[in-house]
Amino acid sequence: MEITEEIIHKVAELSKLRLTDKEKDKLLESFHGFLNYVQTMNDLDTKDVEPMTHVLPLKNVFREDRVCQETDRESVLKNAPEKKDRYFAVPKTVE
Amino acid sequence: MKLYETVIGLEVHVELATKSKIFCSCSTEFGGEPNSHCCPICIGLPGTLPVLNKKVVEYAIAAGLALNCSITQKCKFDRKNYFYPDLPKAYQVSQLYLPLCRNGYIEIETEAGKKRIGIHEIHIEEDAGKLIHDAFEDGSLIDYNRCGIPLIEIVSEPDMRSPQEVIAYLEKLKMILQYLGVSDCKMQEGSLRADINLSVRELGSNQLGVRTEMKNMNSFKAIARAIEGESKRQIELLEANKAVIQETRRWDDKLNTSISMRSKEDAKDYRYFPDPDLPPMEISQEWIDQIKGRQPELRDEKVERYQRDYGIPAYDASIITGIKKLAELFEETVEICGKAKEVSNWIIVELMRLLREEEMEAEDICFAPVNLAKLIQLIEEGKINRTVAKEVFEHIFKENVNPEEYVEQHDLSLVSDDGLLRSVIEKIILENPKSLEDYRNGKDKVIGYLVGQTMKEMKGKADPSMVKDIIYDLLNP
Ligand SMILES: [Zn+2]
Repeated sequence: MEITEEIIHKVAELSKLRLTDKEKDKLLESFHGFLNYVQTMNDLDTKDVEPMTHVLPLKNVFREDRVCQETDRESVLKNAPEKKDRYFAVPKTVE
Repeated sequence: MKLYETVIGLEVHVELATKSKIFCSCSTEFGGEPNSHCCPICIGLPGTLPVLNKKVVEYAIAAGLALNCSITQKCKFDRKNYFYPDLPKAYQVSQLYLPLCRNGYIEIETEAGKKRIGIHEIHIEEDAGKLIHDAFEDGSLIDYNRCGIPLIEIVSEPDMRSPQEVIAYLEKLKMILQYLGVSDCKMQEGSLRADINLSVRELGSNQLGVRTEMKNMNSFKAIARAIEGESKRQIELLEANKAVIQETRRWDDKLNTSISMRSKEDAKDYRYFPDPDLPPMEISQEWIDQIKGRQPELRDEKVERYQRDYGIPAYDASIITGIKKLAELFEETVEICGKAKEVSNWIIVELMRLLREEEMEAEDICFAPVNLAKLIQLIEEGKINRTVAKEVFEHIFKENVNPEEYVEQHDLSLVSDDGLLRSVIEKIILENPKSLEDYRNGKDKVIGYLVGQTMKEMKGKADPSMVKDIIYDLLNP
């Protein structure tokens, strides 16, 4: 896959990042490097290899369905950049 | 005009009835004070780690088994990335690549007969917070109580062709999930929400047309209207040689039309990837068998038991068991007063009528079974007649009144004082000399008229058969 400036622009927009031209150039380069690496893996025969879904040897980590440790509202709202009454407040968002 | 057929598939989101959220131990209670059921995990603070609620997996497997799905025993979670303030982590944990349940079906029945609707998959997700848009001028407010409530999304195959089939499918789904106890499925509280994927094509074609998706459907009636409206809109476009655009539309029930939602071109680019914070699941056959063994009595078994143990007709049993809440109400009321057939009649006739009139769901019934049992007792004992009983029942339904107290306070007991009734009837006969004459000329019909007049005079508080006896008595001295 050819990485173009357009793709960099789109990914940045989806990630809500504002990039300078210099940063874009740098990203273009590292995207190329990364995708080349993926291409190397694509060239390997992985027919009998189970895809890895997680890096740690863990599975079935569960908790029981119990209610405890709710945080009081004051603490919940403490880090909110903006709050109003008992709510988090954000700029007007209409889907 | 050509003949068209509507092709419909549904995505149904169901909130699971766990006590705590999917990845943290906050309560899932509905209607709590804003932001009172929150913690660092569900408001997405950095440095927190999610731990999966075991019950969520069990409920989702139970739903999958009841919908004839196969269970994906090696299964994992993925992140669906998007920026919207109802989702504080900026991603939703979901299952794109390996949904927990696949390839199921349910059987529905409409006037057109029985039909099998395929279930493409069921996957586990987390719910988002609730945005309030109109509260103040410059911005929106957020309540994160709902954020992290466990959901399953049930994706059907595009197997439905009419609003009737869609409603039958939703009703069946709701009934199964309620009987399983995995969700209360209250549409009004948003614990069951349906997105409709709809396209039209020329009848006989086997190619699917371009589909639109309608979100925010909050009642069966609105769903039926939305399907009618959107099919019509798409057919009109095709007839005018215009193209249907694949997009998300919002059904406006007041305007009776769907409205295109401004959607950015990139909106579908969710950049899914495996969630590194959640280890994969390996679901053993034993665990599945255990859940299978615990599945509660479903409808078909109940229908049989009601006929066998309560002696009510198959028709009654199938109506009552159609909605879990009605089945519970029936069982609890019969437990108190015996009289299964009588309880069944009140549920099927009066209760269903009131639900229709008030446009309420059975889940919203809030009266105590003991009050219906007491009402039936009052009729049995001859304290009130059926006309009065119906009136009292409306108050039980609406205000959960105690019928004994209500009858007492409103002076509705039957007048069983023979002397009093006699004097009222004598007066009525005197006022209607023609009826006496008619009776003597062999016109028996006049009795009915006199009973009616007496009941009117007594404001319904008399036993019609007793009134009738007295009238005969007075007319045949
Ligand atoms: Zn929480």
